[in-house]
Amino acid sequence: MIVESNVVRFDCMPLDNGAKLAPVEVAYETYGELNARKSNAILILHAFSGDAHAAGISHETGKPGWWDNMIGPGKAFDTNRYFVLCANVLGGCRGSTGPSSVNPATGCPYAMAFPVITIGDMVRLQKMLIDWFGIERLLAVSGGSMGGMQALEWAVSYPDSVVSAIPIACTTRHSAQQIAFNEVGRQAIMADPDWNEGNYYGRQLPARGLAVARMVGHITYMSDDSMREKFGRRLRGKENFGYAFDVDFEVESYLRYRGSEFVNRFDANSYLYITKAMDYFDLVNGHGSLAAAFEAARARFLVISFSSDWLYPSYQSQEIVRALRARNCDVAYVELQSNYGHDAFLVDVAEQTDLIRGFLASTYEKAQ
Amino acid sequence: MTAQVAKPQAFVRELLGRSDYAIIGEIVEPRTKVLDLGCGDGDLLQWLAENKGVDARGVEKSSSKVQRAIARGVSVYQGDIDEGLADYPGGAFDYVILSQTLQETHHPRTVLREMLRVGRRAIVAFPNFGHWRMRFSLLLGGRAPITARFPHNWYDSPNIHILTVQDFEELVQLDGIRVERRYFLAGGRKVSVRPNLLAETAVYLVSGASR
Repeated sequence: MIVESNVVRFDCMPLDNGAKLAPVEVAYETYGELNARKSNAILILHAFSGDAHAAGISHETGKPGWWDNMIGPGKAFDTNRYFVLCANVLGGCRGSTGPSSVNPATGCPYAMAFPVITIGDMVRLQKMLIDWFGIERLLAVSGGSMGGMQALEWAVSYPDSVVSAIPIACTTRHSAQQIAFNEVGRQAIMADPDWNEGNYYGRQLPARGLAVARMVGHITYMSDDSMREKFGRRLRGKENFGYAFDVDFEVESYLRYRGSEFVNRFDANSYLYITKAMDYFDLVNGHGSLAAAFEAARARFLVISFSSDWLYPSYQSQEIVRALRARNCDVAYVELQSNYGHDAFLVDVAEQTDLIRGFLASTYEKAQ
Repeated sequence: MTAQVAKPQAFVRELLGRSDYAIIGEIVEPRTKVLDLGCGDGDLLQWLAENKGVDARGVEKSSSKVQRAIARGVSVYQGDIDEGLADYPGGAFDYVILSQTLQETHHPRTVLREMLRVGRRAIVAFPNFGHWRMRFSLLLGGRAPITARFPHNWYDSPNIHILTVQDFEELVQLDGIRVERRYFLAGGRKVSVRPNLLAETAVYLVSGASR
């Protein structure tokens, strides 16, 4: 399945902070066919560093999508049955408008003049895209991590547009620990002299800061077990310690590789804006309680967490489930056993596939 | 002993290989809302959804059973019966089902009370520890009985609150719970006399106190 990204431009969109963004572009990919009644559309929501290329082989890069093991013919999100959409989030750097986009007022990249955005803003732009497609109701919204937060936001903000929601390995609001890790990443970027108050476009990129931020991120995505299994204390290309500060351990090599690779595909300012949006996200805001926040929700829910995920621990998913039960919403929940930590939703997909396939099939049947 | 069943002994149909399921399948009215506590892999819920059009939900402790239930399209969440009911608003369901699990709960009396708070009615099916085979086994063997209905050694049995038909009758009376219907089963037959001695399984349809 060779796929291409497309871009839609809207004249203007309002933001939660009161500002307006004009114009605004959103990059998306689609897989499968939208049926005549437009009742088989599923919106996939990507995590922090993801993009619109969720499945298939990219026409431009030749690379598979970030959830290619979940989306495609016969897979969990079966493109023989469903029309699957994925869009790059607002504030991103992979085709949708973000801090690296040109500010029409200056003709230069926005950089830190880009307005501070929220998960609600990301979802508002996705809603504009869905409206542009003429889709009234999405059969499902689904994603892991930040994608799960967007799925929850969809269910609460646009209850009549969502038949079902599948939030995976996520939360209704970041804990102090989650904010703390994001802040370490932001500080690493901003402490890099090349960051230059965000004005590095066309110059030396803040590659060292961004790489360190990504290294921290990767540690939080894995588990103690998976790191022990993958690296242990193995040395990298040597028999003995080097007694110096270049790479000794396999894990150091891995993190450095992941960090430097990230610099080539991700914008440091997008890192700042998107992590801030995650930290600001709080479904309870203005509702008094989580159960009250879900008052408007009409969707059927499938909530999934993973046993070794310490970044988005199961108790956060269970909070979602309890609040939905208090509203007597239709909710299924399971904690899947996995050693892969937070990464499990991307890599440990066999059981996740069975759950989502069955859940979608029964949801689709009921919705027809 | 107030239990009385007028019907003569008769074979009971089986549903999904179980006669207590057949009774539950008969009791549940079409297009109602049902919560099954300890629903296993959701086979009864799926049957009720497909054949009676009920809005079916379930709670199950075992992750692998929950996975199978969700994979077959039933909304089940992984959780503990002893705690799980507290979140639901009152009267959320038409029926709350507890099949062969009452004796496994830590606080059966609270569970029963909670079932009748979140449900208009409760259906409780449990294995009768007063069955003559149990009594004989204990009397003659002098050990915790092991039978088809109670297949575990005492040290790894999930059954921590074993009860008899008589025990259940006394509890519902104590708590002012109204028994709407009662069914007693043994070896695929309905039991009409001396259920406390002859029934292997009891199925009760109960509702909250009428006072």
